[in-house]
Amino acid sequence: MGYSLDNKNFDKTLDLTKIKPYGDTINDGKIQLSFTLPIPNDEKGEICAKELANKMGLLDVTVVHSESLDKNFSFYVVYGNLVHTVDYSQIHVETIDDNKLSMKEVEEYINLNIGRDVVVVGASTGTDAHTVGIDAIMNMKGYAGHYGLERYHGIEAYNMGSQVENEKFIEKAIEMNADVLLVSQIVTQKDVHINNLTNLIELLEAEGIRDKVIVIVGGPRISHELAKELGYDAGFGVKKFAEDVASYFVQELVNRKLVKRKPLGSK
Amino acid sequence: MNKLGLDWQLVEEARNHAKEIAYFTQAFIDKHTTVTVERAVCRLIGIDGVDEMGIPLANIVVDHIKENGNLGKGVCYYLGNTMIETGLTPQKIAEEVAFNKLDLTKLPGNDIFDIRVKIEPVVKKYLRIIKENKLQRDEYLKQYGEKSGPELYVIVATGNIYEDVTQAVAASKQGADIIAVIRSTGQSLLDYVPYGATTEGFGGTFATQENFRIMREALDEVGKDLGKYIKLVNYASGLCMPEIAAMGALERLDVMLNDSLYGILFRDINMKRTFIDQYFSRVINSYAGIIINTGEDNYLTTSDAVEEAHTVLASQFINEQFAALAYLPEKLQGLGHAFEINPEVENGFLYEVAQAQMAREIFPNAPLKYMPPTKFMTGNIFKGHVQNALFNITTILTNQKIHLLGMLTEAIHTPFMSDRALAIENANYIFNTMKDISNEIEFKKDGIIQNRAREVLEKGNNLLSEIAKEGIFETIEKGIFAGIKRPQNGGKGLENVFVKSETYFNLVLELMIEELKEE
Repeated sequence: MGYSLDNKNFDKTLDLTKIKPYGDTINDGKIQLSFTLPIPNDEKGEICAKELANKMGLLDVTVVHSESLDKNFSFYVVYGNLVHTVDYSQIHVETIDDNKLSMKEVEEYINLNIGRDVVVVGASTGTDAHTVGIDAIMNMKGYAGHYGLERYHGIEAYNMGSQVENEKFIEKAIEMNADVLLVSQIVTQKDVHINNLTNLIELLEAEGIRDKVIVIVGGPRISHELAKELGYDAGFGVKKFAEDVASYFVQELVNRKLVKRKPLGSK
Repeated sequence: MNKLGLDWQLVEEARNHAKEIAYFTQAFIDKHTTVTVERAVCRLIGIDGVDEMGIPLANIVVDHIKENGNLGKGVCYYLGNTMIETGLTPQKIAEEVAFNKLDLTKLPGNDIFDIRVKIEPVVKKYLRIIKENKLQRDEYLKQYGEKSGPELYVIVATGNIYEDVTQAVAASKQGADIIAVIRSTGQSLLDYVPYGATTEGFGGTFATQENFRIMREALDEVGKDLGKYIKLVNYASGLCMPEIAAMGALERLDVMLNDSLYGILFRDINMKRTFIDQYFSRVINSYAGIIINTGEDNYLTTSDAVEEAHTVLASQFINEQFAALAYLPEKLQGLGHAFEINPEVENGFLYEVAQAQMAREIFPNAPLKYMPPTKFMTGNIFKGHVQNALFNITTILTNQKIHLLGMLTEAIHTPFMSDRALAIENANYIFNTMKDISNEIEFKKDGIIQNRAREVLEKGNNLLSEIAKEGIFETIEKGIFAGIKRPQNGGKGLENVFVKSETYFNLVLELMIEELKEE
């Protein structure tokens, strides 16, 4: 390897309608990949890895490393130049548009525009035993220097912990007359979380309370887009803290005119 | 070993507090039994299999006694009595009960002495199987030799036992010493043990006796090729602690996760239930020569690893004493802890070293189980690989034993085959290039590391003294461990705890203890 002696005879000007990966020169299209193949580690294996990379749209593919993981399994590290481009100017993303407020601003906002405590019920639902996510958002201590919802004046936060069944979760929400439901999903192997998340929305609809509460899901593999797709109001992924979540739901409560709705249990 | 300048009198004091706590709890344990304790007895006198609905016969027998008789007398009483009355084997009796052909509680009662005599040979037959497994393990270890440095522990978790075998065999060839088959999410809350080979699980594979057997066989096979004994791990935890310990003993598992505090805090299992279950499971583990792993590392996944480090130490002391009461020798006490300090903390690595070295010095003969970073692992796999490297360095620097390999994709998915291979490569590189570093390094007197260890020991001792005053049940109610509060009469499984009657006996437990006392 070492110094690149490639002939860089391509257009090096940035064109936002034709975005390619960047290694060290605009439009070089450099990509690194690693993967395992269920075949022995030999010359044939390397060619197989190269051909796969070609099919992914990579040119000038080099297999920079290969090793055997078992008799019939081999691992490859591969570099190549991507031929594909994406028109960046045409990308539209669903994002949460509300203004982001600080903890103090959230408290003031509640005081001014809501005038009562906002009730938040949270849980890590289904078989998920992890409380890391829900604790980070809800517990007094919070996470990485961002205090949790329990610390906020004007927010009554109730954290049900982990492995909470959707039915129990809804029961609690009704009992507490919750404004906001927070669901945390950490375990996402083989998409176990999807069924569970969809099930919660279905149950809320069956109870006739889906539109009366703000339902939010969070977790390392959760995006706002995925949350919307599953019927949630919002989704929060990594690097989101209590104030991000609170900013959203206090403003959404006002926007959706949920501040003075009837209690959840009432018909 | 004294690199930290620890105050040994304080260590002694802490140990005595822990002893007091364990003794007090043991008095409660000794008065009670549970459905899973009795089912474990069933399994260890040969009751195996399921009915046409898939319900284990051990459950059928125990539920039958629970509903029609008095479980406080113990299954040994009912089964032994029925053997005298009918001449049937325990397995045959269980089958008759399953078909509703026999009511164990309506038979004439025989003298307890005669019942004991009747059932003793059956119990001894199964104890012999366990003993032979233990001898077989010793034989393998003698033949292949035992590893002196840290043992590399990796997990497989595909949900399908046959796929697990593929992954485990590959990992063994790459250099893993210990293979853990992660259980399916939610198994800990089942009050029965699933049966047979299983190919569907969530985030893991069901712990069944057949799955244990399949994996054991595969690891013995690959071990022969590699000339080493690959250890197998599963989880004697949750609502079926002693039953899974029994299955592990029968199928020659080598390590069992086994910690009732973990079940109480993280699975909301009732504390009374699980302390009783833990005791019998630890005696079984001890009898089978199985190393237990305790779950202190988990506290730090919810609590701050800097502020709450002393709760880990306190829990290690308590676990040590509970283990001792279950006749589990130090060499089988895999006390747990973890590398979970926020990477942003200045000198965080020094605190990790202090904690790990402290555990090493205070529990010199325990095969400490050291867990890799999980809480601060992110999607940045490149940084994750460095975090794991620092964790590996801590292990070799402080002589940890059961080294759970960190995966660079920890925050993303259950490991790919290549993730595991990279983790093994990382660890082997560091363990080789730094092999004797712990003999070369001393810590500066009154430096950051020594002071940190001292502080944690002091706080740990204070906590233990508080717990000794209040009792372990009350302490857990207050949320001292992992910041999680659990009520004494809350959680799962309390309804299946029974007060022992005056004539209660558990011959499996008695005979195991008799032998363990001699050792």
